[in-house]
Amino acid sequence: MTRYILQRLALLPALLLVYSFVIFVIIQAPPGDFLTHYVATLASSGSSISMEQMEALRASYGLDQPFIVQYWLWLKHLVVGDMGLSLEYQRPNAELIGEQLAATIALALFSFVLTWAIAVPAGIWCATHQRSFVDHLLTIVNYVGVATPNFMLALVLMWVGFAWFDISVTGLFSEAYVDAPWSFARVIDMLSHMWLPALVLAIAGTARLTRIMRANLLDELNKPYVTTARAKGLSEWTLVLRYPVRLALNPLVSTIGWYLPALFSGSLIVATVMNLPNIGPLLLRALINQDMYLAGGILLIYSFLTIIGTLLSDVLLALIDPRIRMEG
Amino acid sequence: MPTDPPLLQVKDLRVTFGMDEGTIRAVDGTSFDVHPGEVVGIVGESGCGKSVTMKAILQLVERPGRLASGEILFRDRQGTQTDLAKLDPRGPQMRALRGAEIALIPQEPMAAFSPVHTVGAQIIEAIQLHATQEGRRVSKAEARETVIGLFRDVGISMPEQRVDAYSWQLSGGLRQRAMIAMALSCKPRLLIADEPTTAIDVTTQAQVLALLRDLRAKYNTAIIFITHDLGVIAQMTSYVVVMYLGRVMEQGPVDQIFHAPAHPYTRALLRSIPTIHGETRTPLPVISGSLPHPFNRPTGCPFHPRCPEAMPGCATATPKLLPVAERQSAACFLHHQEAEP
Amino acid sequence: MAQAMPAPAEGAAVEDRIAVASNWKLVWWRFRRHRLALISAVLLVLMYGVVLAPDFFSTQNPEQTDARQAFIPPQGIRLFHDGSLAPWVPAVTGKRNPVTLRMEWTVDPTKRVPVSFFGKGHTWHFLGLIETNRHLIVSADPRQRIFLLGSDRLGRDQWSRIMHGTQTSMTVGLVAVALSTFLGVLLGGLSGYVGGKTDSVIQRLIELLQSVPTIPIWLALAAALPRDWTPIQVFFAITVILSLIGWTTLGREVRGRFLALREEDFVLAARLAGCSRLRIILRHMVPTFASHIIATASLAIPVMIINETSLSFLGLGIRPPALSWGVLLQEAQNIQSLALAPWLLLPGLVVILAVLAFNLVGDGLRDASDPYAN
Repeated sequence: MTRYILQRLALLPALLLVYSFVIFVIIQAPPGDFLTHYVATLASSGSSISMEQMEALRASYGLDQPFIVQYWLWLKHLVVGDMGLSLEYQRPNAELIGEQLAATIALALFSFVLTWAIAVPAGIWCATHQRSFVDHLLTIVNYVGVATPNFMLALVLMWVGFAWFDISVTGLFSEAYVDAPWSFARVIDMLSHMWLPALVLAIAGTARLTRIMRANLLDELNKPYVTTARAKGLSEWTLVLRYPVRLALNPLVSTIGWYLPALFSGSLIVATVMNLPNIGPLLLRALINQDMYLAGGILLIYSFLTIIGTLLSDVLLALIDPRIRMEG
Repeated sequence: MPTDPPLLQVKDLRVTFGMDEGTIRAVDGTSFDVHPGEVVGIVGESGCGKSVTMKAILQLVERPGRLASGEILFRDRQGTQTDLAKLDPRGPQMRALRGAEIALIPQEPMAAFSPVHTVGAQIIEAIQLHATQEGRRVSKAEARETVIGLFRDVGISMPEQRVDAYSWQLSGGLRQRAMIAMALSCKPRLLIADEPTTAIDVTTQAQVLALLRDLRAKYNTAIIFITHDLGVIAQMTSYVVVMYLGRVMEQGPVDQIFHAPAHPYTRALLRSIPTIHGETRTPLPVISGSLPHPFNRPTGCPFHPRCPEAMPGCATATPKLLPVAERQSAACFLHHQEAEP
Repeated sequence: MAQAMPAPAEGAAVEDRIAVASNWKLVWWRFRRHRLALISAVLLVLMYGVVLAPDFFSTQNPEQTDARQAFIPPQGIRLFHDGSLAPWVPAVTGKRNPVTLRMEWTVDPTKRVPVSFFGKGHTWHFLGLIETNRHLIVSADPRQRIFLLGSDRLGRDQWSRIMHGTQTSMTVGLVAVALSTFLGVLLGGLSGYVGGKTDSVIQRLIELLQSVPTIPIWLALAAALPRDWTPIQVFFAITVILSLIGWTTLGREVRGRFLALREEDFVLAARLAGCSRLRIILRHMVPTFASHIIATASLAIPVMIINETSLSFLGLGIRPPALSWGVLLQEAQNIQSLALAPWLLLPGLVVILAVLAFNLVGDGLRDASDPYAN
């Protein structure tokens, strides 16, 4: 078991290396660079910059070097935790990302907890009460939930809040706490603002996971070991929770591998629409302004979170399923 | 011949499955008795309703199946008779009987244990559920000791290690032995063995049968033995019930059934067993025709379309199950003229 | 369900019919039993009708602007007037609010704008070839514009814009899935059938692609598209970007099927009978899971549609002047204009409807194509 986890952890740097290269190719791909974009912005506001100044700037950012050299330099700095300087904000990228990272992870994890807290009981209820009213109702809710894009739901909620209740559901903090340092009160304030975006983010996943849980459990309920357990004289709820639910959870745990990453990248859209502190909107802005090292840094963070999500699901699966644990 | 009052009396049991396409009568008026310590065999082709009958006794028929009518009278240790068919399948009375008084050995030992719980834990659970010792519940450690003892009884080597094994770590034979240990864990008075040897290889099969015979002698447990293997019936049972399409065709002591079968279906079944004394190179007689689709039940006697001795009246009326010899009865117009109302 | 199944008496005849029916016929029979899926299929056919000729369904040019006709609420269509069939929409009159300086529209009950079906409007080309000016619904008076689903801040007709957006969004979904199905079947099939080194290379590729943070990478790729590309170029680039990551699920599934089928007796029998490798794959293996692939693909289309819509909504997908549902929804990004004109969310409703329909059809197909279903 420990060996299995260590093996997976050992692969992590190699994977990140592959990703860093792919990401560098992508952020290098747009024609021109930050400076041409910068010059264009300057020109539109009436000022200009001389050719020599431009070349000097380009050299100072290393933009005149060949591709592979630029990559090597970037990588060298990354290893020691230096993500370079944001060309747009003129601040270290690591600092910019760091400010938003906690809120990003908190939102995704909160959505994750919400999803499981709803999907597992709902799935169990639907499977044990197949074709009941609640089952049909949840099926409809599930279909609509899966079919509604995140940003659409966010828009509707914001519109309802604004037009009917005259409240703004954007942001993650009350005014008093926006720039306040982290404190217990600030965390509470954040949580009280976060449940709505978390719900928006979680809705599609909750719908899918409920359906998966329901289908898994329906499969398991027909297995002979359930009859065995019933023949022992166990009460219905005890045996359902102890046996088939326990087994139906295994495939659900393996969904963590794609669901957690999906929450991280999905939070990008919700955070953009609802104006939340998040690395998503930061990435969007960096991409549009060709602030390439900032974009690269954020993309790398996303990749890292994705790999961690997959790893987590594999380890959890091994922990709860003896069949996998003993082989590993 | 048993003189005690019967442990279990099944009377005119009917189980129906309401499907979208129509209703299937899986068990259609089955009656038989089981006496304490007796081994009753139930034979029939697959789909004849043997397993459903057994599930009905334990009230384990799954939806859309339903106990339509009939009585299942069970006499408990105190001697009081209860009609199981009237109990709530999920209620405490029924649950107190399951495992404690009536235990089940299921068909597939592979799938009958949960793969994520150890075999021991699943048996300990059954013991802790029912067994009491000096008026208090049994502790986990005590139950574990019981399981190890049971494992030794059913011939599992290294029982101390096997208790903590998962079912998929055991061989087919060991799994079935563990299953038997679980069924016996609360010393039930009736054991229902649903084709316990079908899924395992022939040598192990013989060992399991021998084990069941020994255990019956040791614990004096009545056994209902479901199989489609007439050889197993001959070895194991004292009384035989022959079923076809949810109805009892014939029942009687094992010797009578094998040597003086009264019903054409029983005779056809017996003819289809290959024997070493038979003439070589002659085709084995088979029962002509095939089992009808459950939605197209024949009218009258269900066997009449395939019966070599069918008479005109067989298609219109259903014969009653009536005595033809001592302890032997048959449902056939060859022996009487009484039809079901 | 009950009426689709035969009565018990004719069971034997039905069994015979089932025994000789082709696989596709069986799938169709089973699919027919899902009423919701059938309704959804009809809806999708209608939508692809719009894809073929969005102009026919438009009431006017989707780009026609008129700042004086901004934010007109949807005008419902009435079919009868004075007991006879004479379709019309109620006219609206605008009055500028002296305080907010906004135009406020009210229905003028005295005035009606007659509309005609299959009437003449702006000229368009069917499939870019045949010139015509016929439309499904058009204002009978060419000087009076009608806004069936309201107008946006530039006074453009949302109904006509949705029709054109439908063309793009539905096509992106279809083409992206077609492309990823092709990739998935090709690479998955290769992986499963050839095995060995090819298999492990493709497997690693799939693993790598599956652990990519999809939305950020899509955004980064979309941001890398040159600004001066034409809408058609952007459209194809977005499609390729979506399918490059999207094929892996199907690839995995196809591989699994190939691995399982390779061991099947009927494949061995075909090999012993001297069939060529290609013939075995195309005639013996693919037909056994073709219906399954189609079901999976039809479940992938809605995912692609949502992805395209999200990308375009964020400004990094389809770009104006090209229209897609996501582009239309950009108009709803501003909360103030949304409060003023909630009908700007209607394109979102269309997205939900389309995705819902695809999911229902896909589920119906998947159930119908499952050979182990009873």
